[in-house]
Amino acid sequence: MSLSAGWDKYEQARKVIALLKPGSYVNLGIGMPGLVADQMDENLGIYLHCENGLIGYRGLYPDETIDIDVIDAASKPVGLINGASVVAHDVSFAIARGGRLDTAVLGAFQVSEFGDLANWMSPNAVIAGVGGAMDLAVGARQVIAMMKHVDKVGEPKIVRSCTYPLTARNVVDYIVSEYAVIAISEEGLIVEELAEGVTEEFLESVTAAPLKFQVSTSS
Amino acid sequence: MGQVAPVHRKVVLSPQEAVAGIHNGAVLLVGGWGGIGIPEELILAVKSLAPRNLTIVTNNCGMGNPGDVGELFGAGLISKVIATFPVHSGAVDFRNQVARGEVEVELTPQGTLAERLRSAGAGLGGFYTPTGVGTLLGNDKESRVIQGKNYIFEESLPGDFAIIKADQADAMGNLRFRYAARSFNPLMAMAAKRTIVQVDELVEVGSIAPDDVHLPGIFVDQIYVSEDHK
Repeated sequence: MSLSAGWDKYEQARKVIALLKPGSYVNLGIGMPGLVADQMDENLGIYLHCENGLIGYRGLYPDETIDIDVIDAASKPVGLINGASVVAHDVSFAIARGGRLDTAVLGAFQVSEFGDLANWMSPNAVIAGVGGAMDLAVGARQVIAMMKHVDKVGEPKIVRSCTYPLTARNVVDYIVSEYAVIAISEEGLIVEELAEGVTEEFLESVTAAPLKFQVSTSS
Repeated sequence: MGQVAPVHRKVVLSPQEAVAGIHNGAVLLVGGWGGIGIPEELILAVKSLAPRNLTIVTNNCGMGNPGDVGELFGAGLISKVIATFPVHSGAVDFRNQVARGEVEVELTPQGTLAERLRSAGAGLGGFYTPTGVGTLLGNDKESRVIQGKNYIFEESLPGDFAIIKADQADAMGNLRFRYAARSFNPLMAMAAKRTIVQVDELVEVGSIAPDDVHLPGIFVDQIYVSEDHK
């Protein structure tokens, strides 16, 4: 099968949204996770939290006037929902570390079968930026890694043990790639959903850790 | 007894006057996050004052925008930087100076930076955090198990000076910030021995209701009203 099979990044964002609980507080990391805000139905009542202290932001409406002081983690202009609030950085990270944040959706270089996350530094980088990744990874009750299944040279990003510098150990609960939704449990990696046209054999061929398949047929 | 009129001695007329005390070797906290909440005119004034051998504390190391902290790298004023996300493609001078070994970088997680500043402002020596446990940023730090969970110790981070940006000030130094431009600004004000703020608007004392003050003037030493907004 071709590597182009699988969900596009917008469908992938909707698969992430399906894992979020209504009424929950969610932080979206830089990169692909930012798409989640644009795909979010405001009626779900999910509150988006940003490191910069915005609580209750949303994707911009078409033709909405931009306010330069209302931005997401990637410095992209966003809007605010009714009932939004603003805090300084200490309180923003109290929310992240203090157990209030229900979910962090983060990009990843690698995720191990035990939920170790590597998403801030490539091994040969001279300098790297860590931003809020470590605080969010250890603090959020649930961590979803939203990522491409393999890296730019085709190497699997889901591995037995991360070779990239770690962000945090044992924190990732779900991986959502363009091919599958994979839960990380005590029993290892459990494939819960496969994109149309993606076979178990193919998924195993692009994953460097053992997979168990418990794909529900109703999806 | 009548009320004593507040002494309005915090407002200065120029950014040069505002930053004049910043000396060689100072630890300078620079407000802003991404491209917003940045005290651009104060940064440019520090650039022309040209104190040497600064340690700066900043979230980013420039995004290539005029008046951002990249100006201070460009002028060669910085020997050490403590930052969370220095790697923007626009941080050209920073990257070059790191590659040449001219600037020392201390990378710190963003929540840890916020709390290091907060604890400095609160008179504390530091704190234990779960952030960074088992990583390159935590492995050489004192660790401790507290209530069954692993933590590492992070020291507070006081500054000699803070240059910050706010939306509104009154002459007593009471500040209001605007949306995500608040971010590190109030924490840096609290963590520094001397805090200099660039504001867009100076309002009458008393026109900010007490409950609406984001940062009280006790943390602010000098106010410069931005040229663009006078």
